Amino acid sequence: MRARFDPLTAALWTAAAAVFCFIYAPLAVVVLYSVHDAAIIAWPLRLGTLRWYGVLAHDRAMIDAAVASLKLAVLAVVIALGVGVPGAFVLDRFDFPGKAAFRRLVLLPLILPGIITGVSLLSFFSFVGLSLSSGFPLIPGWPVVLGHGAALTSVVVTQVFARLQRFDRALEEASADLYANEWRTFWRVTLPGIRPAVLGAALLVFTLSLDEIAVTFFLIGRQNTLPLQIWGLLRRGITPEVNAVATVIFALSLLTIVLWSRMMRDEI
Amino acid sequence: MSGVAPALGAPPPSDAGGAGGAGGAGGEPRDPAHRARPATRLDRLRARRGWRTLLGSVVPVSWAVTLLLVPYVLLLAQSFWRLRDGVITHELTTENYRRLFGTPLYPATILYSAGVALRVTVISLALSYPLAYVLAFKVRRHRTLMYMAVIIPLWVSYLVRAYAWKIILGQDGILNGLLLSVGLIRAPLTVLLYSTAAVVVALTHIYTPFTLMPIYAVLDAIPVSLREASQDLYAGRWRTWLHVTLPLSLPGVVAGCTFAFVLSMGDFLAPQLLGGNDSALMVSNLVWSLFGVAFNWPLGAAVSVVMLALTLALLAVAGAVEARGRYGQVATGAVAEYAGPI
Repeated sequence: MRARFDPLTAALWTAAAAVFCFIYAPLAVVVLYSVHDAAIIAWPLRLGTLRWYGVLAHDRAMIDAAVASLKLAVLAVVIALGVGVPGAFVLDRFDFPGKAAFRRLVLLPLILPGIITGVSLLSFFSFVGLSLSSGFPLIPGWPVVLGHGAALTSVVVTQVFARLQRFDRALEEASADLYANEWRTFWRVTLPGIRPAVLGAALLVFTLSLDEIAVTFFLIGRQNTLPLQIWGLLRRGITPEVNAVATVIFALSLLTIVLWSRMMRDEI
Repeated sequence: MSGVAPALGAPPPSDAGGAGGAGGAGGEPRDPAHRARPATRLDRLRARRGWRTLLGSVVPVSWAVTLLLVPYVLLLAQSFWRLRDGVITHELTTENYRRLFGTPLYPATILYSAGVALRVTVISLALSYPLAYVLAFKVRRHRTLMYMAVIIPLWVSYLVRAYAWKIILGQDGILNGLLLSVGLIRAPLTVLLYSTAAVVVALTHIYTPFTLMPIYAVLDAIPVSLREASQDLYAGRWRTWLHVTLPLSLPGVVAGCTFAFVLSMGDFLAPQLLGGNDSALMVSNLVWSLFGVAFNWPLGAAVSVVMLALTLALLAVAGAVEARGRYGQVATGAVAEYAGPI
């Protein structure tokens, strides 16, 4: 390390620090205003009340929306893994006519603006006559569940496929040489090999589903999801309750990330 | 997609070889090395026992056809259907497209959205290149941690990130408060919020990490030896950057700019929240209101198809440029592996 002051390096570091501030300052603002002691969000900031968290804890509609979002996210993960993992295997191992088209098709929701996927799924469900509120009681409607599944399967395919491409197939052949049947080889050799990617993709789908708006907006039935509920609150005039719910979401995401990176450290 | 988060499983690539090998997942195949690995002999032996292949591929393929191909094709078909007295009839017409290109409002909307997206792209690039450079070349300790710190905001609710700007830019907001207390202004500025500038700032904030990811991945993949060789040949740091680092990092820049552009052009919530009357002029808001408010689905579908065509054309051009660069697949791979839906 050179101790000499270097203006170019100093300028670069300053720029980097400024960008960090730009990224984090708005988040800090949201967190600080969640303990703002006034009903109107305005400057100056008056720190020191937890009452907005109290309001949040008694907001029935918000809690229902959060529960609906969690259910939807779990269903999205189940569907995305159920279709995406086989999809990744198909791309990695099978040759069939139209494989390249299949690959491009699966990746489309990743690339296109969410609103396009949203309106095309809306057109589809309306065309086949599936009502937006159809489904079993206590779960979100079929269209929104299928829509999340369709939009987020790509995430699983991408992540698992990338892992499969790096996976050493000789391990599977060795397992076969040792008289393990294909089922056993899959469970004992292949699956452990791709497990980090599967778990990573599952967490990613879960998070994305919780935060999804563009597709949800068009397909939602009777029960709002959490982002749509927050969106409604933002449209109606803002109280610091929005900041409280935002802070809770922020804290939970940070917790997930920390737990996750711990888990992954042992995994890889 | 409005909510976007990166995968946390894998750390950023640390060497060109490893990262390059993993790069195949992004986009479509562009060169032989990029293509999916061909089936092995074992696969072909297995495939001969056809039912397993059939069973394995039938679910994903039929899923993709039913819930992706059919809806997208239906959207295209719908853009040629006629709306008569508020009811969609299945008779073919080019009326929607004629109306789209014949009414000044619609092309103006597309141009305005492209203008917003372009501004977001330029600012995001200006912000993320220096940060990516510092992360790749200057940070010695805790580099992964710092990279994660840039990515973490993507895990925070999209709405929260958009709405934070309302607190900052509002009439009683922080910026006005600060400017008043410093004495720079006498009365609160009302032009900060509900303006195109507010939308640009918020979208830049939301999508800058996306621009950073591929740029960082590419810079990180450039072997130290190349930059050292340049300096051994008496090139200064500027010339090394201009003639070695910059050309090699261009695929990352192109990938990052494409994401910023496509994502911000497709955004419709931040404009609605922060853009005031201007927000009606973003193309996604137009789609949203044609589907959700005006119930003119065929015209909405036509606008979507134009948007879709523009996006795909842009991606094709960007893909071609990236594929020419030496670290093109690192750039695409960075996003395929480290980013979620785009």
